Amino acid sequence: GAGAHFKLGREATEAEVAAWDIDVRPDGLGLPEGRGTVAQGQELYDENCASCHGDFGEAIGRWPVLAGGQGTLTDERPEKTVGSYWPYLSTVYDYVRRAMPFGNARSLSDDDVYALTAYILYLNDVVDDEDFELSKDNFASIKLSNEDNFIDDDRDSEPHYARDIEPCMTDCIPGKAEIKMHAAVLDVTPENAGDDDAPAGGID
Amino acid sequence: MDDLKAAATAATRRGFLKTGLLGGAALAGSLASGRAMAEGDPVITEIQDWNRYPGDGVDARPYGQPSQFESHVVRKNVPWLTSDTISSINFTPLHELEGIITPNGLCFERHHAGIAEIDPANHRLMINGLVDKPLVFTMADLKRFPRENRVYFLECAANTGMEWRGSQLNGCQYTHGMIHCVMYTGVRLKHILEEAGVKAAGSWVLAEGADASAMTRSIPMEKALDDCMVAFAMNGEALRPEQGYPIRLVVPGWEGNMWVKWLRRLEVGDQPWQQREETSKYTDLLANGKARRFTWKMDVKSVITSPSPQVPIVHGKGRTLVSGLAWSGSGTIKRVDVSIDGGRNWHAARIDGPSLPMALHRFYYEFDWDGSEIFLQSRAIDESGFVQPTKDQLRAVRGENSIYHNNGIQTWHVNKDGGVENVEIS
Repeated sequence: GAGAHFKLGREATEAEVAAWDIDVRPDGLGLPEGRGTVAQGQELYDENCASCHGDFGEAIGRWPVLAGGQGTLTDERPEKTVGSYWPYLSTVYDYVRRAMPFGNARSLSDDDVYALTAYILYLNDVVDDEDFELSKDNFASIKLSNEDNFIDDDRDSEPHYARDIEPCMTDCIPGKAEIKMHAAVLDVTPENAGDDDAPAGGID
Repeated sequence: MDDLKAAATAATRRGFLKTGLLGGAALAGSLASGRAMAEGDPVITEIQDWNRYPGDGVDARPYGQPSQFESHVVRKNVPWLTSDTISSINFTPLHELEGIITPNGLCFERHHAGIAEIDPANHRLMINGLVDKPLVFTMADLKRFPRENRVYFLECAANTGMEWRGSQLNGCQYTHGMIHCVMYTGVRLKHILEEAGVKAAGSWVLAEGADASAMTRSIPMEKALDDCMVAFAMNGEALRPEQGYPIRLVVPGWEGNMWVKWLRRLEVGDQPWQQREETSKYTDLLANGKARRFTWKMDVKSVITSPSPQVPIVHGKGRTLVSGLAWSGSGTIKRVDVSIDGGRNWHAARIDGPSLPMALHRFYYEFDWDGSEIFLQSRAIDESGFVQPTKDQLRAVRGENSIYHNNGIQTWHVNKDGGVENVEIS
């Protein structure tokens, strides 16, 4: 049973658990009471979010793009957004509530987050009615289009994963090595004054 | 004499992109010419300041810093990678380090909302969810649990991620420096979970940080009960603030994102939470548009740290030492092979120092460089028999948009002047 080992710590109070346990799962576990409409969300978004994420979720600079990109996942440069990539709406609610706006996290009410989540759905054409209201009750009925495209780790099935194959040691590749690509040509390493023509492919 | 050392340092740093031609050759020339040759090296024949005058006393440096001549050995940022430095990454200067332990002040940083500065007196660890009794621990409580010391590497899932499309950044600090390896001191996560009493249905643990990103990841219970730790010390001292002071999660062999810093809460549940950092991020897009999730383990990998673009060969032809690092999330490294001809022929390198599971391993390979251009590669094999693949092998099955988990073989081109460049070869 609990505490049988070292008798350390003390029982958490209900208020303490409620203060910190704000995570939301895809099945809706953890969603608070509340509601918000697309129109309410637009107002909140323009005030709190658009300066980084752009008026339509298209993003300013390198800040994350929130909307669009549907159908680009097999492109050379995929655009991964809530609408094109994210599997679950619960993640939107959870993440906005715990970590946004960047620099002022935990400043939005539960209703605010419902409204903003509804507006992000609108920006991604998942809903098309400005009067659409998202609430705890209808939340689980919303599905995002890319949910089924996530697969569990199957790296073990890749050919190079085969274990205990003794790799080639001698005369493994015919001919002399030829350079196909130089990092110095791209010229983007710091200390090399290449920051002005930064390439795509950053991390965030 | 300071000038000479400073010149050597500056030359090494400049050599990092400018082919290395200028550095060593000029330096060796000045030493071997004129008066120095005729009358002897002045650093020997003339009495030096440090040989005549006493230095600082023991009160001068209550917490010591590296020599002023090592001031170039620092973490570095690549500004274009991220929108700002608060949710960003910097890089461990692997090219200047030796052995397997990373100095605390040089361990790369990855934050999502900057460095939380937490008074340990005001830090709490909560455990709730599917447990018999939700608990709150103070730091003092945590320090009364049985302790363990373990050496592990922590590698960011995105390490080498900028290289998926080909050679991009010139230096192993940038291509491979989202990694560090320290000795952690802490408490087995198992003890904390068992203190609260995990219910039978509890099969996942959510770990959450106290910073403004409130970082969260879902971890399967099997791993949580196996070897995860709640650590409060690294390399013998308290965690650095940028590494999660006062406590962080240690998830041996698994991607760095899961090593939640400033750990404040553990929740037990019966399914994963699908948090932002395991859906939008840390999922690996494949060429067919599907994306892998829960790619937790870091695969077998290695890199030659010297010579490398930041460490050109400046001594000319002759005896040349190749130094490098190898690691695997599957256990210890069994062998590292080194090639100087771009993978045509391989030679077993020598692993030196401790060989610990899921820790960095140091390898060396010595050879006589004939002054011709060479293509340096290293290939690690772990105790499970996994062989480090080429980048082309990875791209053939994953495409170029996975971002994470690039453990492909790195090639350094050494030109006739000793300059070194990050290249891709046929």
